[in-house]
Amino acid sequence: MAELMIRGLHKRFGPVEVLRGVNLQVSSGEFTVLVGPSGCGKSTLLRTIAGLEDIEKGTIEIDGKLVNDVRPRDRDIAMVFQNYALYPYMNVRDNIAFGLRARRTPEAETLRRVNAAAELLGIAGLLERFPRHLSGGQRQRVAIGRAIVRNPRLFLFDEPLSNLDAQLRDEMRSEIKRLHQELAATMIYVTHDQIEAMTLADRIVLMNSGQVEQVGAPLELYDRPATQFVAGFLGSPKINLLPGRLVANGSRLHFEAGDGTSLMLPSHMAAAAHSYSDRPVTLAIRPQHVTEALGIAGPDDVRLRSSIELVQPTGSRTYVTARLADSRVVAEADAHAVLRPGAAIDLAFDMSHAILIDPENGRVFACGIAG
Amino acid sequence: MIARRLALPLRYAAVIALTLFFIFPVYWLFIISFKTPEEIFHYPPVWYPKSIQFANYHVLFKDGDAFTVWNSLVLASISTFLAMMLGTMCAYSLARFKTGGENLAVWIISQRLMPPIAIIFPIFLLYVWLAWVDTYHGLIILYTAFSLPYVIWMMRGYIEEVPLELEESALVDGCTRWEVLWKVVFPMVRTGLFATAVFTFVFAWNDFIFALVLTRTEVTTYTVQVTHYFGGQSNFWAKIAAMSVLGTVPIFVVVATMQRFLVRGISMGAVKG
Repeated sequence: MAELMIRGLHKRFGPVEVLRGVNLQVSSGEFTVLVGPSGCGKSTLLRTIAGLEDIEKGTIEIDGKLVNDVRPRDRDIAMVFQNYALYPYMNVRDNIAFGLRARRTPEAETLRRVNAAAELLGIAGLLERFPRHLSGGQRQRVAIGRAIVRNPRLFLFDEPLSNLDAQLRDEMRSEIKRLHQELAATMIYVTHDQIEAMTLADRIVLMNSGQVEQVGAPLELYDRPATQFVAGFLGSPKINLLPGRLVANGSRLHFEAGDGTSLMLPSHMAAAAHSYSDRPVTLAIRPQHVTEALGIAGPDDVRLRSSIELVQPTGSRTYVTARLADSRVVAEADAHAVLRPGAAIDLAFDMSHAILIDPENGRVFACGIAG
Repeated sequence: MIARRLALPLRYAAVIALTLFFIFPVYWLFIISFKTPEEIFHYPPVWYPKSIQFANYHVLFKDGDAFTVWNSLVLASISTFLAMMLGTMCAYSLARFKTGGENLAVWIISQRLMPPIAIIFPIFLLYVWLAWVDTYHGLIILYTAFSLPYVIWMMRGYIEEVPLELEESALVDGCTRWEVLWKVVFPMVRTGLFATAVFTFVFAWNDFIFALVLTRTEVTTYTVQVTHYFGGQSNFWAKIAAMSVLGTVPIFVVVATMQRFLVRGISMGAVKG
């Protein structure tokens, strides 16, 4: 278990600045997920923590000790790689024992710990096999076994599940979560998959172009994103983004789309958003908060009539793409609702979940869900 | 139908004829070494001797000429070992640390293109000055130096095929760079290592020009020794043949036993997996 502290980290590859002043704190026993689009620098950040990349500027501390110039082997960390990085010429037992033997652990102790790790991961029956005889999921278990057997201070995972098929990925995701609960170790996990980030993380670090965009608990980032980028990155299907302007009407504020369609904001948002009245804004609202209007409207519901462009059933829910002013809005409907492209639909906007973004700097200035 | 039925036997016939054609000189070399002088010069030729006799070999061992094979073995083995050790380390440095940028590797292999004869006399003068002529270490250093570009070039290719994550994983797991080289890189490139070592060995084993110029009596190699049997008046065909056989057998044994590694090593760089 270890605490990690990173301050003002800079890293460049030739002319490209990959990390631009990253600050990050990871508490002991925490599961932190670094997430972001390809090329945002998340893998590089992980590799600098491992000591596999040099840094230009900034500090990395593990348990209060500066490790900038400490070799990877002396940082007491374990890393699981995307392509497993198993030694093809060694069987599973020797692969898992590799790190312990490199550190000259007594052989009896090594074997005891290898067996315990194999037991924990359900691969005790595979110890004599070679990596080429294992399935993708089994290989990943061996790779994880190699990390946990050393009982390091810090675990690093570099997109460990992205080579697996969807079903196996779900299974291994639960496995990793279970491991974290059992080992209570500090883990840092890199992924570009927002579902993995949401399901695994105690805390998500969302990165964009070499900088940390926002840090917080998964639901915090989901409900109260700090920027348009965060709002757009998390959630599937993607959050709806509607350009328009804010119009004051007495004590209430309205969002007005390009064609004059007006959506009234809940009163608790008006205070934060008042200074933006008569200015262009972007309204962000998630598909599950735009629904087919049925029954009695809620207090913050705003209803609009629109026409259906596209219907996408997923089994549990059906997503409907409809038109609103010059934009498209994805709404969520009941899986068994009878919906046809071209038909009219009444949409209910739950404005208590609306998010308002300043289009000039992409920052969120008002959130329906209070902190 | 008939054409198709004949095709296979015809192909076999062609293959057998070609094989015989190419294998005949080797056969002739071996058979001469077992012949008596009368049989060697007999006309019409004796295609196979009536009895196998080892007198020609006996003479080589009795006069100490066979010792030159030992010399070749010592020179080729030690220089191969050194070239492989140094070359693999250089190759690792080129492949992983980009030592010398993009062009150093090409410059190194270009050294191999230089004809030995072009540099042999400067080297001879240098060796005279150093008093390295006709010494083991003199030739060993020369063979090592001459094989290095080839070893570096080949090993660099093999090392670049090793997934970087394997090395990084070992570094994180607690290995030093040297341990990574020993525990990860060597096992991963071992087939390539064998193949390269065999070719390096064969180069030193077959070398004639360096050994001819740089040896006198102490470390004469078998290739130089063979030339001693070509006289102004007559050629000692029996000795030439026997000596050549002694020089061929060790390399034949090496290649035959390593064939499995050789074929895999040569094709290893081509296709992944």
